[in-house]
Amino acid sequence: MAEADSTASTVNNGVNVAALISAREALTNAPQAAQFKWRAACEWKNGTHSHSTVEGYYGLGQEQHHKRTFTFDADHPEVFASEDHGATPVEYVLVGLASCLTAGIAAVAQHRNIQLRSVTATIEGDMDIQGILGIDSDVRNGFGGIKVTYDIDADAKREDIEALVAQSQKRSAVYDIVTNPTNVTVVVS
Amino acid sequence: MIIGAGHAGLAMSRCLTERSIDHVVLERGEVAHSWRTERWDSLHLLTPNWQSRLPGYDYQGDDPDGYRALPEVIDFIAEYAKAIAAPVRTHTTVTSVRPTESGYLVRTDQGDWRCRTLVLASGACNIAGVPAFAERVPRPIAQLTAQQYRNPGQLADGGVMVVGASSSGTQIAHEIHRSGRPVVLSVGEHIRAPRLYRGKDLEWWMDAAGVLDERYDQVDDIKRARRVPSLQLAGTPDRSTLDLNALTAIGVKLVGRLSGITENGKTQFAGSLRNMCALSDLKMGRLLDLIDEWARANGLYDPGEQPQRLPPTRVEDAPPLGMDLAAGAIKTIIWATGYRPDYSWLEVPVLGRKGMIRHDGGVVAVPGMYLMGAVFLRRRKSTLIDGAGDDARDLSAHLASYLDGGLARLTA
Repeated sequence: MAEADSTASTVNNGVNVAALISAREALTNAPQAAQFKWRAACEWKNGTHSHSTVEGYYGLGQEQHHKRTFTFDADHPEVFASEDHGATPVEYVLVGLASCLTAGIAAVAQHRNIQLRSVTATIEGDMDIQGILGIDSDVRNGFGGIKVTYDIDADAKREDIEALVAQSQKRSAVYDIVTNPTNVTVVVS
Repeated sequence: MIIGAGHAGLAMSRCLTERSIDHVVLERGEVAHSWRTERWDSLHLLTPNWQSRLPGYDYQGDDPDGYRALPEVIDFIAEYAKAIAAPVRTHTTVTSVRPTESGYLVRTDQGDWRCRTLVLASGACNIAGVPAFAERVPRPIAQLTAQQYRNPGQLADGGVMVVGASSSGTQIAHEIHRSGRPVVLSVGEHIRAPRLYRGKDLEWWMDAAGVLDERYDQVDDIKRARRVPSLQLAGTPDRSTLDLNALTAIGVKLVGRLSGITENGKTQFAGSLRNMCALSDLKMGRLLDLIDEWARANGLYDPGEQPQRLPPTRVEDAPPLGMDLAAGAIKTIIWATGYRPDYSWLEVPVLGRKGMIRHDGGVVAVPGMYLMGAVFLRRRKSTLIDGAGDDARDLSAHLASYLDGGLARLTA
């Protein structure tokens, strides 16, 4: 969508859209550089508690590093007879989805010259745990459904705000991961 | 040489004849071959009759707001070829095109031709796209593409899955469901549009408001614009809107985009159906806003009149995410998942990413070669029959000056 050029714009959502657009142009002619690999390492602590780190990834033709190592504790809560050292893995997925969609909303808003004042999302995934407990094989392990509710205060008509949210889903990595099948290969070295 | 005697090739032929440029039109079948052999029986054009015109050949009938049926389309194009005395060689299939020092060598099953300039008008819809995972569909289930589908009588009794909800998919789903075969429609990206808006045909608005004249070099992202699926419009006899709401109202079941089929024949529908429909509704809203603005600026807007907008697309709370094809509810799958052109015979280095022709508004990336009849070739209306005229006028002018330039080189 063409909008007024950013030099004339006073909208600032903190997204460097110019950089993203020039990256898009450059990568159109160099698809190899567009091949990224995201990684995490996970170490079991005790019980259902594990500790994961994210530091390096691959992209633009070479190994890359985050500014620092990010760490994540995951566990199960006490109702699962666990010790609640961290959020559950499925809650990490909800965080992933909400973060991805929220980032997308900011980027699309910047590109469309819409000033965001505040954006909050509440996300809920329902789960019948008869699946993961193996009680009923007709029940899936994962979420039965996920609902995201956005509260957005911005300089725009309701329709335009809805369009931001729709476009964010269209281009979201985590939304795609959750709504479409993905091959997962697990090996023991 | 012009390859293809469909409406685009014929429009170009007329322009070349007007410029006294000697040429031949090669056609693998009869004139309007694709319309004769690759369309379903009940097809009607989605553009109103007054708009389905060719250079020097307007609609003369008594139903300008109607939508021509397939036999009438074929007749229209065949009569046009006669009216312009197009030099067509029928039943002549091109087997290869190669560059030569002075132009191109066109080999056919009826002999070889040499030419200085070449117009590709072989069509944008030669090959119906079918995903690779179609091979996982269990054997007893019949599969047809929109290109092979003719009428419900071809199909076994029982359920049918139609994959793709653009113009072809929705029309085919509607017809099949009404024949008593329950339809499940898999919906990905689609462009919803009302047939009528403020009492006039949507195509009338798009024509009048200049949307169809939008040029390829004025559009923000032409590559994306050329990949956009066809408007979800149909030439309905009562001018009603054939959208997803119309389909669910008669009992068609909507599911998300078919993203895969497992090894044991279970389909995987994307969980993004709700957003696909939301995106489509929003896009439609933007188009109608544009039309409202133009109507206002041109005095066609009655201030007292509230624009009647279609209600949002109804999507059930939890659409199914998969189906077991081996269970027997589905007897046939119809793939209405898009088309692509066939350039397998074109042995000239003009193909770019994904096998598409590299061109600038129909001027192909090698000297003396032109493209006609492609989506958004030069204008948004290039996709329609009505677009062939302007495209042929522009490109024949370029072709003529290319030939003049060549002549100047020879005589210099």
